Amino acid sequence: MNVAATQIDPAPVASAFDAVRARLPGTESVTERRQASFDAYASKGLPNRRIEDWKYTDLRVLMREVLPLAAAPDQAALQRAGTALAHLATRDTTKLVLVDGVFAPSLSDLAGHEAAVEIRSLAEVLRDDGNGNRADLLNINASADAMISLNAAMATDGVLITVADGASVGRPIHIVHVATQSKAATYSRSFLKLGSAARATFVESFVAAEGAAAYQANDAVVIWLGDGAELQHVRLMEDALDAINISTAVFTVGAKAKLNTFNLTSGGGVSRYQGFVSIGGEGAHVATNGVNLLKGTQHGDTTLVLNHLVPHCTSREVFRAVLDGRGHSVFQGRINVHQAAQKTDAKMMTRALLLSDEAEADNKPELEIFADDVTCGHGSTTGALDESLLFYLRARGLSEKDAQSLLIQAFIGEAIESIADDGLRDLAIAAGERWLEARS
Amino acid sequence: MALLEVKNLQVRVEEREILHGLTLSVNAGEVHAIMGPNGSGKSTLSHVIAGKPGYEVTGGEILFKGEDLLEMAPDMRAAKGVFLAFQYPVEIPGVATMTFLRTALNAQRKARGEGEFSTPDFLKKVREVAASLGIPQEMLRRGVNVGFSGGEKKRNEVLQMALFQPSLCILDEMDSGLDIDALRVAADGVNKLRSPDRAMVVITHYQRLLDYIVPDVVHVMSKGRVVKSGGKELALELEATGYAQYADAAA
Ligand SMILES: Nc1ncnc2c1ncn2[C@@H]1O[C@H](COP(=O)(O)OP(=O)(O)OP(=O)(O)O)[C@@H](O)[C@H]1O
Ligand SMILES: [Mg+2]
Repeated sequence: MNVAATQIDPAPVASAFDAVRARLPGTESVTERRQASFDAYASKGLPNRRIEDWKYTDLRVLMREVLPLAAAPDQAALQRAGTALAHLATRDTTKLVLVDGVFAPSLSDLAGHEAAVEIRSLAEVLRDDGNGNRADLLNINASADAMISLNAAMATDGVLITVADGASVGRPIHIVHVATQSKAATYSRSFLKLGSAARATFVESFVAAEGAAAYQANDAVVIWLGDGAELQHVRLMEDALDAINISTAVFTVGAKAKLNTFNLTSGGGVSRYQGFVSIGGEGAHVATNGVNLLKGTQHGDTTLVLNHLVPHCTSREVFRAVLDGRGHSVFQGRINVHQAAQKTDAKMMTRALLLSDEAEADNKPELEIFADDVTCGHGSTTGALDESLLFYLRARGLSEKDAQSLLIQAFIGEAIESIADDGLRDLAIAAGERWLEARS
Repeated sequence: MALLEVKNLQVRVEEREILHGLTLSVNAGEVHAIMGPNGSGKSTLSHVIAGKPGYEVTGGEILFKGEDLLEMAPDMRAAKGVFLAFQYPVEIPGVATMTFLRTALNAQRKARGEGEFSTPDFLKKVREVAASLGIPQEMLRRGVNVGFSGGEKKRNEVLQMALFQPSLCILDEMDSGLDIDALRVAADGVNKLRSPDRAMVVITHYQRLLDYIVPDVVHVMSKGRVVKSGGKELALELEATGYAQYADAAA
C-alpha cells in the first residue's frame, strides 16, 4: 500500500468548505453547527482501516478525496433528471425528487399527496427565519462518524416528511435521488416522522441520469416511529458503477411499533450503507433485511447496528450477498442488547454467494448482550452455487446464465420476501433483475 | 438411423474408468430397459447422455438424431429432445415449481426457434397433466420438489416429461420409492407418451415396472458394459437367476 497516496491534505478540503458555505442554507445556529461539524470531520479525515467500524471499507484508499460540491442543478440538469425518472419503472408512488442533493419541486408529486402527510424541503426549513434554531436537524447522535459530520456540514437539501398520528398513508412516499453531474459531491439529509399509530410505506431510490459518472453521494435519513406506528421501508441503491455512495439511516422505534426495513445495494463503485436502529419502546418488532449484489470491482458495505434498549422486543435480520467478478461485500451486523432489555428475541442470519473465485465477502455478525434472560442468535455462511441444482436446471433447458439467475433470485428471495407490501417487493425484485440482466 | 447411438463409450470419473466401451442403439418408437447390479454404471450412462459435468469421456461417441451429443451443452441437449428423469431429483428451495416449469419450457422452445407459450395456455396444460398424474395444484406453488415425498418427486419428473414432450426419455429408477398405486399412475403417464417418434430408456432393478411399461428390448449392464440384450422375457429370466452369471461374463 502506498501510504503517501492515502494521506489527505486537510487544507484544500477546508478551503472547499469555505468556498461553498455561503451557498449552504441556514444562518446563525445552523451555520455554527455546520462549522462545528466540518471541524469534527476535518480533525478525523476520511475513515480508514484503523477505525474498527470502517475496517473493511478504508475510504482513504477507496475514495481518496472529497470532490467539490455539485453545482445547484440548472434547467438542463433537471431535464436529464426527468428523463432518468421516466426510466425508473415504479408503480404509483408519491415521488419527492432530489437532483444532485437539491429538492426539485417541479419533478415531485406535491399536488396529490394525502392530507395527513406534511412535506417540506430541508433548505426551506433551515432558511426559514422563524426556524433559525433548527440546528438540531444537523445533529445525529447515533454515531460520531466523520462521514456523518461531513454530511451535517454540507447538507444542501432534503425533505422533511411528517405523518400525522393515526394516519394510514396508502401511497408509498418515495424519495428519488438523481445524480446528473460528474466528479462532484452531493449531500442530502431527510427526515420521516411517523406519529403514533400511523402507518406508511417509504421508498428511497438512488439513480444516475445518463452521463453522470464518478460522483460522490452522501445521504442521511432520520426516521422516527411513534408508539404503535408501522413502517415498511425499502431502499434501492442503483447509482452509477463508478460513483461513491455513503449513506446513513437512523431509526428510532417506539413502543409496539413495527419497523420493516430493506436495503438493496446493486449500484455504486464504492458504497457504505450504515443503519442505526434504536428500539426504545417495549413490544416493538424490527426486521432489517438487506441484499448486496456486486460485480466487477464494486465494493459494497452494509453495516447495521441494532440497539435493544428496553424489554420485550423482537428483531430479525436477514442479509444476503451475491458476488461476481472481483466484487467485495462487507456485512457488519451488530446487535446490542442493553442490560434493561430482558426478554429480547433477536436473530441475525447472513449468507454470501460467491459466483467467482476472485470475489470476496467479509461477514461480521456480532452480538453484545448485557441482559441475562434473552433469546439471541446469529449465523453466517459463505458458499458457491450448488452444482447439482445448476445441472438439474440446465438438463431442463436453462442456459448457464438463466440457471444461475433463477438460483440467485431464490437466494436473495430469502431477504426480499420479508417485504410485506406486494408493490414494494416487486420494486426490489425488479432492481435485482436489472442487476442480473447487466451481468454478462 | 437410430435415434440414440452409443458407440464403444468409455467414461472416467475422478481417474477411475466406470464405463469400459459401452454400446447401445435405440430406435424411435422403442422402449428399452436397462437392468444391472448396483454400481454397474447405469446412472453414469444416463448422466453422460444428459451432459452432467464431472465425467470424462475418454473414448467412443454418442449420436442423437445423427448429431454428436457430447459436443452439446446440457441445455442444448434438452432443447433437442433429451430428457433424463433423475434417480434422485433435487430440491430447489425458493424456485416455485410453476416458475421453473414455465422458464424451462420457454427456454427449450426459444432454443428451437419456437415462440413462447402464452400464460393461459401454459397454465391449462400444466393443470391438465398434473391432474392426470394426481399432483395437487398446491404442490405446484411450492419450491421445486421442496417438501415432496419420494413418490411425489418422481411424479414431478413424469410431469415435466409430459410437458416438454422430449424425443428421448431416460427414466433412472423411476420406480424406486413409489408405492404400488403411485407406480401405476406414473407408469400410465409414461405409457401415454409412447409414440412412434419417441424412444424410452427405462433403468430399473425390478421386473414389476416392466409389467406396466413393457419394453421392446432388455439390456443387462455389468461392470460398465452391456453384456446381454434380449426381449422382454430376459427381465423375467433375470428375476429368477440374478446377475451372478453376468458378473463373470464382464470380468
Ligand atoms: N462422482 C463419482 N465419483 C466417484 N465414483 C463415482 C461417481 N459417480 C459414480 N461413481 C462410481 O461409478 C460406479 C457406477 O455408479 P452408477 O451410479 O452409475 O451405478 P448404477 O448402476 O446406477 O448403480 P445403482 O443401481 O446403485 O443406482 C460406482 O462404482 C460408483 O461408485
Ligand atoms: Mg443408479
